[in-house]
Amino acid sequence: MSSVALRKAEPAAGTTRGPARPRRIALVPTLTLLLGAVYCLLPVAWVVIASTKSGSELFSTFTFWPGTGFADNVADLSAYRDGVYWQWMGNSALYAGLGALLSTCVSAVSGYALAVYRFRGRESLFNVLLAGVLMPPVILAIPQYLLLAKADLTDSYLSVLLPQILSPYGVYLARIYAAAAVPSDVVEAGRMDGAGEWRIFSRVALPMMVPGLVTVFLFQFVAIWNNFLLPYIMLSDDEKFPITLGLYTLLEQGANTPALYTLVITGAFLAVFPLVALFLVIQRFWSLDLLSGAVKS
Amino acid sequence: MPYTKRRRLVSSAVAVALGATALAACGSSSDDDAAQSGPVSLTYWTWTPGMDKVVDLWNKGPGKKEQITVTVKKQASGDTLVTKILTAHKAGKAPDLVQAEYQALPTLVSNDALADIGDDVGDAKSKFADGVWQQTTLGTDAVYAVPQDIGPMMFYYREDLFKEYGLSVPATWEEFAETARALKKKAPDKDLTTFSANDSGLFAGLAQQAGARWWTTSGDKWKVGIDDAATKRVAEFWGGLVEEGAIDNQPMYTPAWNKALNTGKQIAWVSAVWAPGTLTTAAPDTKGKWAMAPLPQWGDGESRTGSWGGSSTGVTTDSGNKEAAAKFATWLNTDGDALNALAKEGGIYPASTSAQLSGAFTTAPEYFSNQPDFYRKAADIAETTAPSAWGPNVNVAYTTFRDAFGAAAKNKSGFTAALTTMQEDTVADLKKQGFGVAE
Repeated sequence: MSSVALRKAEPAAGTTRGPARPRRIALVPTLTLLLGAVYCLLPVAWVVIASTKSGSELFSTFTFWPGTGFADNVADLSAYRDGVYWQWMGNSALYAGLGALLSTCVSAVSGYALAVYRFRGRESLFNVLLAGVLMPPVILAIPQYLLLAKADLTDSYLSVLLPQILSPYGVYLARIYAAAAVPSDVVEAGRMDGAGEWRIFSRVALPMMVPGLVTVFLFQFVAIWNNFLLPYIMLSDDEKFPITLGLYTLLEQGANTPALYTLVITGAFLAVFPLVALFLVIQRFWSLDLLSGAVKS
Repeated sequence: MPYTKRRRLVSSAVAVALGATALAACGSSSDDDAAQSGPVSLTYWTWTPGMDKVVDLWNKGPGKKEQITVTVKKQASGDTLVTKILTAHKAGKAPDLVQAEYQALPTLVSNDALADIGDDVGDAKSKFADGVWQQTTLGTDAVYAVPQDIGPMMFYYREDLFKEYGLSVPATWEEFAETARALKKKAPDKDLTTFSANDSGLFAGLAQQAGARWWTTSGDKWKVGIDDAATKRVAEFWGGLVEEGAIDNQPMYTPAWNKALNTGKQIAWVSAVWAPGTLTTAAPDTKGKWAMAPLPQWGDGESRTGSWGGSSTGVTTDSGNKEAAAKFATWLNTDGDALNALAKEGGIYPASTSAQLSGAFTTAPEYFSNQPDFYRKAADIAETTAPSAWGPNVNVAYTTFRDAFGAAAKNKSGFTAALTTMQEDTVADLKKQGFGVAE
């Protein structure tokens, strides 16, 4: 994530530095960080290696020795119930992509309003929002289900999308970011020049908020991609399942059928790729805040 | 989880405990008498693999004639599905048909989620062993589900290794303990089997074989007998074996356990009729080396077994077409073609006695090709299944089992105290839910 920023900060070769001093490595922090990295990466490595093993190799060969069945695993996974896995992948992309986009829009508008306008009850509204941030979304799933059941919307794409559009955390982030990145001078200047409020927001403030909104988008995307309970409660048709739920059905097949471990592992492995790709593509927007900003003080 | 359950329970709890009359009343009270004339479409929540193909047979055959179309919505199995059904039921949106494990039926019925389909299943009762059918009536005159598959328990062992170590197949649990000790003497690094504190279903089945009845009703109250003499006997037996180190205490269904089976470190497994499927993936290298025998018995000359797993098809009270749904449920679980397809696509062992020796069950499973009469034997064993007694909070008892027995197995500290904890927690939860409990 920091690679882009680092490269920018690097001075051009041979400009300032004198002869390189031997650098001392702080042993304890380095070791601690290395340990942390191993702790985080080991399970990932396990998934990567386990996904290459065929069913008979999975438990009988050495854990970190790659197997020979990756192509077969992917083929089996694609053949499972006529390729329903890719349908799950598509569903997840839809829920997470569209959901995060809509959520970012809502967060941008509300965060901006909370940061820029002064109105009665603003702070109490914001405090309620903060309480919402502390509330784990899990405990809302069942009330949301009961609500949507009243509207006859359960077991539909909307039932998973709608509850995820309003994200207190997203609004909170957007407000903090708007307060920091959009100076009131700029808004005032816009008003002086006769721009309407919408125009000020969309043409002036929004571009300034982009790095913050990218963060909101990513957070929401990952949250929805990994969400389990909400779609679990809402959906009953497995063609509408996101990937988390689909893999769960592969695992819980009933007592008399063995869990499809190889398929689940391969499925989990493939499901990581969209997230990695997304981060790689979007991280460049994060460095924008170094360049943007209209008022220098 | 408790969130969804609380409300309905208090009102309907007493009704369940009261038994037949109250139950029949709440089951048939709603709109099923509005006879359907036009085409009917039903939804069905199930986890059985390949169920959509079986349902296709219905939709193209008998269902077409009767104008009843069934749509399968595949689910993940387990306790979470029960919660999901209850949540949906709370919103009045439960599907027409659900698959439910036998031990989940009292929970579903006490929440008024399952309808009494006694009038619509015809002579289905005659197709099942009494002990199996009794689980779907909960001992009342009502019928809350049609049995689909069962898991009669059996003893699996490595035929070749038993010969190598000069062991004979234990006929009683006493001999089982002797066998475990004899093996330890001959090969200290091997274990006969393991006692897994992760699998409540296994322990429940073993207790059932010993004659335990964990939930019974007396008058209008529930009686919990988890610490009854039979269960105590089972708990002490396994706790003793673990304590003296005669068997292993590691959980099952872990990579380590798979490896132990595959390499012959563990040479026997107390399991159920579906074991061949599990062994195929867990111990692929030992194919053809295993054999199956009846479970060891508590007394000489007895022949009883418990059950581990198995499920049924129920019709929900939310269904607008209960009669049609019951018709489908009956077909699915009693029709020869349907059961054949279920066995082929879903790998189930049918509850219906006539299907246990036909179609897919005329030849032994591939993994047990060395035992050609596998299913003949299985059917004989299934017939000896002891009756079971489930209550409305099996999930709580199971969770406590995993916690208390898990700790006891790890510390090798005997299971009697763990059993008491299980009994107390189950009773406390029943009371908390508003059920009357007889002490």
